[in-house]
Formats: sequence, structure tokens, C-alpha cells
Amino acid sequence: MLSSSVIVGASFAYLVVLFGVALYGDRRADAGRSLISNPWVYALSLAVYCTAWTYYGSVGRAATSGLGFLPVYLGPTLVMGVSWLVLLKMVRISKAYRITSIADFIASRYGKSRLLASMVTLVAVIGIVPYIALQLKAVSSEYGLLTGAHPGSSGDWYRDTALYMALVLAAFTMIFGTRHLDATERHEGMVAAIAFESIVKLIAFLAVGVVATYFIFDGWEDLFVRAAISPDLSSLLSLDVAGSKADWFALTVLSALAFLMLPRQFQIAVVENVDERHLKRATWLFPLYLLLINIFVLPIALGGMLRFPSDVIDPDSFVLTLPLAEGYSTLTLLAFIGGLSAATSMVIVETIALSTMVCNDLVMPLLLSSPRFRRWAPHDLTGLLLLIRRGAIVVILLLGYLYFRLAGQAYALVSIGLISFAAVVQFAPALLGGMYWRGATRNGAVAGLAAGFGVWLYTLLLPSFAKSGWLPMAFVESGVFGIELLMPEKLFGFGDVNATTHALFWSMFANIGAFVAVSLWRPPTAVEAGQASVFVDILKREPRGAARFWRGQAKIDDLLALLARFLGAERVRVNFSAYAHSQGVEQIEDLQADGDLVHFAETQLAGAIGSVSARVMIASVVQEETLGIEEVMNILDEASQVRAYSRELEEKSQALQAATEDLRAANERLQELDRVKDDFMSSVTHELRTPLTSIRAFSELLLDDPKIDLAERKRFLGIIVEETERLTRLVNQVLDLAKIESGHAQWHDTDVDLIDLIEHVATTAGQLVRNRQAELALVLPPAVTVLRVDRDRLIQVLTNLIGNAARFVPEHEGVVRVVLSESETGVRVDVCDNGPGIPQDAQGEIFEKFRQASGSGGKPTGTGLGLPISREIIEHFGGTLWVTSEPGHGAVFSFELPQKLAVSASEMGEPT
Amino acid sequence: MRKALARQRLIACTLFAALAFNAPLLWLFDAAVAVFGVPLVFLFMFGIWAAVIAVLAWIVESGFR
Repeated sequence: MLSSSVIVGASFAYLVVLFGVALYGDRRADAGRSLISNPWVYALSLAVYCTAWTYYGSVGRAATSGLGFLPVYLGPTLVMGVSWLVLLKMVRISKAYRITSIADFIASRYGKSRLLASMVTLVAVIGIVPYIALQLKAVSSEYGLLTGAHPGSSGDWYRDTALYMALVLAAFTMIFGTRHLDATERHEGMVAAIAFESIVKLIAFLAVGVVATYFIFDGWEDLFVRAAISPDLSSLLSLDVAGSKADWFALTVLSALAFLMLPRQFQIAVVENVDERHLKRATWLFPLYLLLINIFVLPIALGGMLRFPSDVIDPDSFVLTLPLAEGYSTLTLLAFIGGLSAATSMVIVETIALSTMVCNDLVMPLLLSSPRFRRWAPHDLTGLLLLIRRGAIVVILLLGYLYFRLAGQAYALVSIGLISFAAVVQFAPALLGGMYWRGATRNGAVAGLAAGFGVWLYTLLLPSFAKSGWLPMAFVESGVFGIELLMPEKLFGFGDVNATTHALFWSMFANIGAFVAVSLWRPPTAVEAGQASVFVDILKREPRGAARFWRGQAKIDDLLALLARFLGAERVRVNFSAYAHSQGVEQIEDLQADGDLVHFAETQLAGAIGSVSARVMIASVVQEETLGIEEVMNILDEASQVRAYSRELEEKSQALQAATEDLRAANERLQELDRVKDDFMSSVTHELRTPLTSIRAFSELLLDDPKIDLAERKRFLGIIVEETERLTRLVNQVLDLAKIESGHAQWHDTDVDLIDLIEHVATTAGQLVRNRQAELALVLPPAVTVLRVDRDRLIQVLTNLIGNAARFVPEHEGVVRVVLSESETGVRVDVCDNGPGIPQDAQGEIFEKFRQASGSGGKPTGTGLGLPISREIIEHFGGTLWVTSEPGHGAVFSFELPQKLAVSASEMGEPT
Repeated sequence: MRKALARQRLIACTLFAALAFNAPLLWLFDAAVAVFGVPLVFLFMFGIWAAVIAVLAWIVESGFR
């Protein structure tokens, strides 16, 4: 047992933290740095789906039906998978038309019908208030269990924890749910608190799960094996007790639809959505949350059943009693706080959602349509609006509490979870059908909702009252007036499934049937057709939306005055100024009172008082023409043509853009090539000019002065010959390089033994070295692999490298060493000299065309093409040519030819 | 183009999940077989669930731009 003061203290501390989080969230929102504009927070806040019914009830269900608790979470997983199709549409519509509740959404779709709005609100209140009561009961009875006190349904009311909890939650909801009237009706602080609560309940549940599985028991295997050998529990490990296949399927469908239709889910997923892109991450993050919170449900249930003798302790409380019985008191407290967070988050959001509906869709339309109210109403209605909201919050929470006091342990309360799901699912045909089917009409929606709700009442709610002893059981057991076909849980003899599946089937049958049949009875009216196109086509680009369907005359002052009554003059001016700026107009007064402006005013108003009331109020200050169905259809046709054209245009412009990109890239490439060619040409001509100039100069000398003496003449002719040779060499090399680079060079591959080849080059190129009185040393292994390469080309490379080295070694004491070696990767040749070396930054440059290092004579003596050609040749064979050098310590030019050039043994024998 | 592809992938993945989470596929694994002590159906259920989540995450985090 834990002392009540500890629990109350911890709970109170937790609620204080919750207020703090919400306050912080609101502060950040006011400062313009939204805390909740973040996909993680969005996904976490969606977990308001997991209530105390999940937190405690899943374990209870698992204790009797094994995996049978799971479909309730599989349905939402499936819905989230296609959230980008369904939820996105709901978010877009709600954002565009400032829709703030599910009743508003449905009413708005069917021509802003007041009847439909109030019907949806009533069904929601009837279906959800008991669910709120269930949350209060969960917290109150778990509190009683921990402290040993009796659950709240007996005893003095003022000592009842549930009452105080309801009051604290009412305060929280009033503070953060109705802080100000906002045209978007978003509550950032509240969402921050809900996301926080989602983390708390997940951590608490996982903690209990881990402790139960790994500390109280010996891991998964231990638990499952023990359960498997116990006669009572072995059936929980299979699907035998999970219900029939049809029940499983029906529960999946039910939870999937309820996930979309529950007012609290609509509030969090649609109304409080900051940015529709957050849906993307929620697509997988929210299912992951569901997976995590469910993975330990069965282990905790099995643990509880194994630990406690059967039927002593309610399995619903295993989350608390299991750690408590094992002496983990801190964990028990954490688990209790987790359950509290699950209950409070649900109650807070559900209450806000319901109070918005009650205010906007039930009370306001009633008030505004009453002539007496119009006469007596104060000019500024903002205070009244907030008052109604707050009153609705208190009334809803007290109704919940009252139901909890009255129902107590009754079946009607315990089983309300699924009954409540089945109630809100009645919205699905009208809402989903309305989003995708243009032909759906208001009368169809009303008929469907009424029929579905009626069947739900008869097959699910009334039997649950009977089982609680509030109604005679006779009509459940033998049907109304004893007619067996009318037995509420075996309607028309359909009795192979459980009560929920049975009710879901018949209510959906009636609902969808009536919805479709009545919708098809008459064509939609002009207003319905207009709204239908607005909803169905929301994902397509629509320049003007609903404003297209408005014809009439309005005065801007009237609109301003009307809005100021509900939203406050200050806010209205700010909003209208922003609108004026977006239209490119300086002053509000200069705005044109056209359809767009009237539509803007109406959506602003709809955010505060709901679309039904907003429509009535706007209609009261402007003069409108009623559009006929023909006109609406014409507008729609026009719009669809415009859409088709614009799509075509966009496709074409995309194609054009792609083509432009390609052209630009090709152009850049061409310019680059052109630049390279120019560089090359200018280098070549420059190099050609030097020898030509000296040839010409000496020839002119000889021509001008015939008396020049023979020795001098011989020297001049020698220079001319030398320069001509250099010119020839240069031209040859340019041609050579061009051929290699363009791939037109001829390659004559033969089997080459590099030892042979180096010795051959040493005799021919050795002369270059000896001319400078330097020494040429060869370091050769006894044998290397024979390679299949072009012998003449390799001789060219080697001659070039040795020639280069010879040019750079100092006279008299120069040494050029040629080293041949072989490794795994290939055959390598190093040509080392003891010249001045090459500075680090020049080592890359020397391989570029026409770049050369100064020789020992100070003047470049090569053509500047030798190394580029050599590198091209080596790379042609798949090898590499590189230089390593430290200035002052000579340079080493190396190349390596890969082993794959080796002549295989079989080819060796063949003559070449 | 990529968006449309991602959308089709999401639908396909969800359809597969809907089939795997229901009869008859799920019931095929309802055998008295345990892997490391854990019943096969439990393992299948949570395994497929986790796999579906992983695929969804991959689609939305890489598919949309």
C-alpha cells in the first residue's frame, strides 16, 4: 500500500508540471517560436488515442482474450499508412475554411446545415460523455486500490478524488482551451501538454513492462513457457480466445474509423495541426508509438495471472498491483502517474473538442436565431462566447462525473470504450463520403446519421443499460414484445458474432444505406453542389475556392462591425490589414467588398463561432443573390476547364524547363571544350614561334651578310639545323599527343620483357647521360613477368624519363638510376636522379602540357610535351605514372604497369 | 512523379498490412510453435507490425521531397 498523501502529492506535482508545460507552450506561441511546430510533437500528441482504457484496459482484455486487444491499435496503424490521402484532405479543408470541429466539418460540407451540426454534436456528447466518466473511474478506482480506500461511487461526494480531478481538469481546460478567441482555434499550450503526457504514459508503461518481464520474471521465454504449461493461460497464447475472425476484422475496421472520427482525434490531428507536412513523419512515428505501448501488454497480463491466484485481483489493475506486490513502490507510483496522464490527456482534449461543438454548433445557432437574443445581446459578444465555452467545459466534465457516480461499476460504464467508438463511427459515411462523393446531399447525411444512431442505440446502448440493471433484461433476451427477430443483440437472427460486431454491421448497414439511398433520391441543391466541389477538389489547385459561388452586395463597414462583435475590434483590424496587404491594397477601406472579401470574413467568423452561425450572421449583414443549380454547375464546369488548361500548361512548362536545363549543360560543356582548345592552340603556336624566330634570325643574318666567315657561318647553320630538329620534334609530339588523346593512335602490343627493354634503352639513351659526364646505373632483378604492351611506346616513355633526368643532373657527378621491381600489383620502374628536385607545388604541373621545370642550364630545354605523352601512354595500359621528390634531393619518376597485362603461361609457348 | 510513386507505395504497404493483420493470413501462424519461447503468432504479429512501420518510414522519409 502507498499512503494517500504520497499519491495525492505526486499527482498534484504532476499536474503542476503539466500546467507548467502548457504555460510554456503558450508563451512560446505568443513569442512566435512555436514549441509544437514539429513533427515529433504532432505524432506524440496523436497518442491521445491511448487513454486510460488502453493503459489499464488493454491488460485486462489481454488477460481474457490474449491478443484480442490488438485490433484496436492495428486499425489506426492502417489509417496512418494512408494518412497522406485521407487526413491530409481533412487538414486542407479545415485550414482553408477554418473548421474547428467534426460537427462543423460535416455541417459545412452539406451546405452549412444547422440541423446536421446539432445532430453530430448531440451524438458526440451522448457517445463521449460516458467515456469521460470511464477515465474518471479509472483514476479514482486505481487510487482507491493503492490506498485501500473504496472507489468513489460510494462515500461522501466531497471526499471523492474523481470530483477533484474533474474540477482540476476543468480548470486546466478552461485556462488553456479558452484562453482567447482565436480564428484558428488552436491551443499550442494544450498540445504541448498532451505530447508531454504521451511521453509520460509511454515511459511509465514500458517501465512496468520491463520490470515485470525481466525483474519479476526471467524474461520473455520464462513468462511464455510458464504460461504455456499452465492450463488456464495456455489458451491466451493463441488466437482461440481472441474472438472469431469476423470479430477481429470488425474491431480493426471500427478502430480505424473511430481513430478518424473521435472528436479528440479530430481536434489534435486536424484542428491543432500546424503544418500538414508533419503528417509525413506521423505516418510511421505514431504506429511506432502504438507498437511500443502494446508490446508489453501480454507479458504484464501473463505476469499478473501467474503471480496472483485467479479472480482475486481485477486484471485491469495489473499495471499497478504487479509492481506493488513485488515491492517496487516507486515504480507503482510512476505507473499510477502514467495512468493519470493517459486519463487526463483524453479528458482535456475531448472536453475542448466537445465544448467547441456545443458552443458553436448547438448554443450559438440557437441564440443567434432567436429574435429576443438579438434585441438584448450586448454589442461585444467575445465575452459571451468565452463564457459559453467555459460553461460547456464545466457542464461536460460534471456530466461525466455525474455519470460516473450514477453508473459506478455498472456494465454500461465498463464496456463504454467500444460502445463509444461505435457511436462516433456513425459520422464516417457522411464525413468520408462527403469528401469523395459529390452526389452526397444534406438529406442523405441526416438520414444516414439518424438511422445509424438509432440502430446503435437499440443494439448497443440500450442492451448495456439493461445489463446494468437500469432496464428490464427481457427485451434483450427475447426481443421487444417478445419478437425474436427484434432481439437487439441478434437482430434478424444474426448472432454468430459479438455484440460490437453485430452493432457495427447493422448500424453501418442502416447508416450507409440511408445515406446513399436518400442522397440519390434528389439531386444536390446549388449550395450543396458548391460545397461538394469545394470539399472534393480541395487537393486540386483552386484559385478562388468557395468565393466563386457568391453573388451579391456588401459593405466593408458592416462586415468589420459584425466581426468585431465576435472577435474583438483589435484582432479584426489586424486580420483585415493582413488580408488587404495580401491583395495589394494599402488601406482596409480601399478593399473591394467582393465575393473574396465576404468569404474571407465568413471564414474568420467561422473559426470563432462555427460555419453554421457564421453563415447566418454574414447573411444578415450582406445582400445576397441565391444562385441557381444551373449557375453553380456552370461555374464548376468553367473551373474544371481552367484546371485542365492550367495542368496542361504546367506540364508543358515543366518539359520546357527540363529542356532548357539540358541545353544549358550542353552549352557549358561546349564552352569548356572551346576554352581548352584555345589554350592548347595558343601554347602550341607560342612554342612553335620560339624556334622559328631563331631560324629566321640566323637565316637573315646569313642572307644579309655574304661575307661572314666560314666558322661563324657553320655555327649559324648548326643552330638553324638544331632548331629545325626541335621544331620537327615538337610537331611530331603534338601530333602524337593528339592521336593518343583522340584514341586514334596505333598500338602494336607484343610480349615485352622489361629487363630486355631497359637494357636496350640504356644503350641508346645512355648517350644523353654520358654527354653530361653523368653515370647511368641499372638495378634489375634476375627476372620479371613478361607483359603484353607496345614496345616502342614504352621505349618512348623510358627514353623521355631518362632524358629528363639527364637534363637535370649536375655535370660530372650526376647519377641516373633505373630500378626495376615487381610486386603483387604490378611491375614498377623508378628513374631516380640526383638533380635539384621538384618543389611540391610544381609536381602536379609538370604533367600538364607545355609546363616544364627549368633545366640545370636555367633555360627550358624540352618541348613540354614529353611527360604528358608518357602519362597518356602509361594510363592507356591501365598503369600510373607519378613523381616523388624532395627539393635538393633529386626526383624519382615512377610508373607501374598492372599485373593484368601479364602474358598467361599458355600464350608464352606460342610464337609471337 | 516521385510523390505519386510514394503515394502508391503507401497504399500498397497499407493493403499488405491490412491483409497480414487479418484472417486468413494471421491465423496461418496460430500454431502451437514457440520460437525462443515466444509464441509464433505473437512474433509474427509484432514482426510484421515493425516491418510495416520500417517500410512506411522509409517511404515517407525518402520518397517525398
